[in-house]
Amino acid sequence: MIDCTEAVRQLWAYLEREVDPVERKRIEEHLALCRRCCGEMEFADEMRRFMARRPEVEIPPGLMTRMEQLIHDLEVNGTP
Amino acid sequence: MSPERTAFQRLAREQLPWLYVLARRLAGPRAEDIVQETLVKAYQGFDDLRDLEAAPGWFRTILVNCARDWFRRDSSGPDETPLDEVPDHSLYRTIADEDPLPYSDSVHVDFLHSFHEEDVWAVLDRVKPMYRVPLVLVHMEGMDVADVARMLGAPKNTVLSWLHRGRKHFEKELWEYAEERDLLKAKMESPS
Repeated sequence: MIDCTEAVRQLWAYLEREVDPVERKRIEEHLALCRRCCGEMEFADEMRRFMARRPEVEIPPGLMTRMEQLIHDLEVNGTP
Repeated sequence: MSPERTAFQRLAREQLPWLYVLARRLAGPRAEDIVQETLVKAYQGFDDLRDLEAAPGWFRTILVNCARDWFRRDSSGPDETPLDEVPDHSLYRTIADEDPLPYSDSVHVDFLHSFHEEDVWAVLDRVKPMYRVPLVLVHMEGMDVADVARMLGAPKNTVLSWLHRGRKHFEKELWEYAEERDLLKAKMESPS
């Protein structure tokens, strides 16, 4: 059976269904017996939600105007 | 103006807000420079774009490559530490051992809720760029690992190992940032 280090290393890939069926089974066998790694998995799932909550981005004032000017310069001169 | 150039202007204007958002997530305060470089490269290579329907993905790929070029110029090179030698940092264990919020019934979740948006930006900016790129693309942009691998021109297993390292770095930086900024102390003084 895999050890905790190996199980933890693969937890995110496991959650994202990026491990093959054999590895998946080995991880599930480990999780069935290891309380600490179950906690690690729940936290990894929480971290995924935390990162997916991604911070909002504000478009800076004037960006569109500056980029419009860049596109215009490219059209006219071929360079910025 | 040729029809192709008119199409470029229209597509570039349409994509600009999305490009800036992605650039901000990848490169923080350097976002505008990267968008500018992306527009120049897209303009120069526009004749190669055969299917205008594919334009959003095409612009996005150019932007990611511009960001990576920028990081390469800006850094001392990639971290080639073998995967087995990545520090075995577990934020889950650190939180459990240190118990930074002793009155909390769900200390791990409350720890994450201590971070405001600007804190997440600051922590993300501390993660090495070569790991930040796949982290942002997979976990913030919601892309499949296989698509990210194609975009970065790397094998899927390599991207998975970058993601593993990136998450370790991100978790480590979260903890260090929380300690440096006294986020947990502030949380204990004004529980929400």
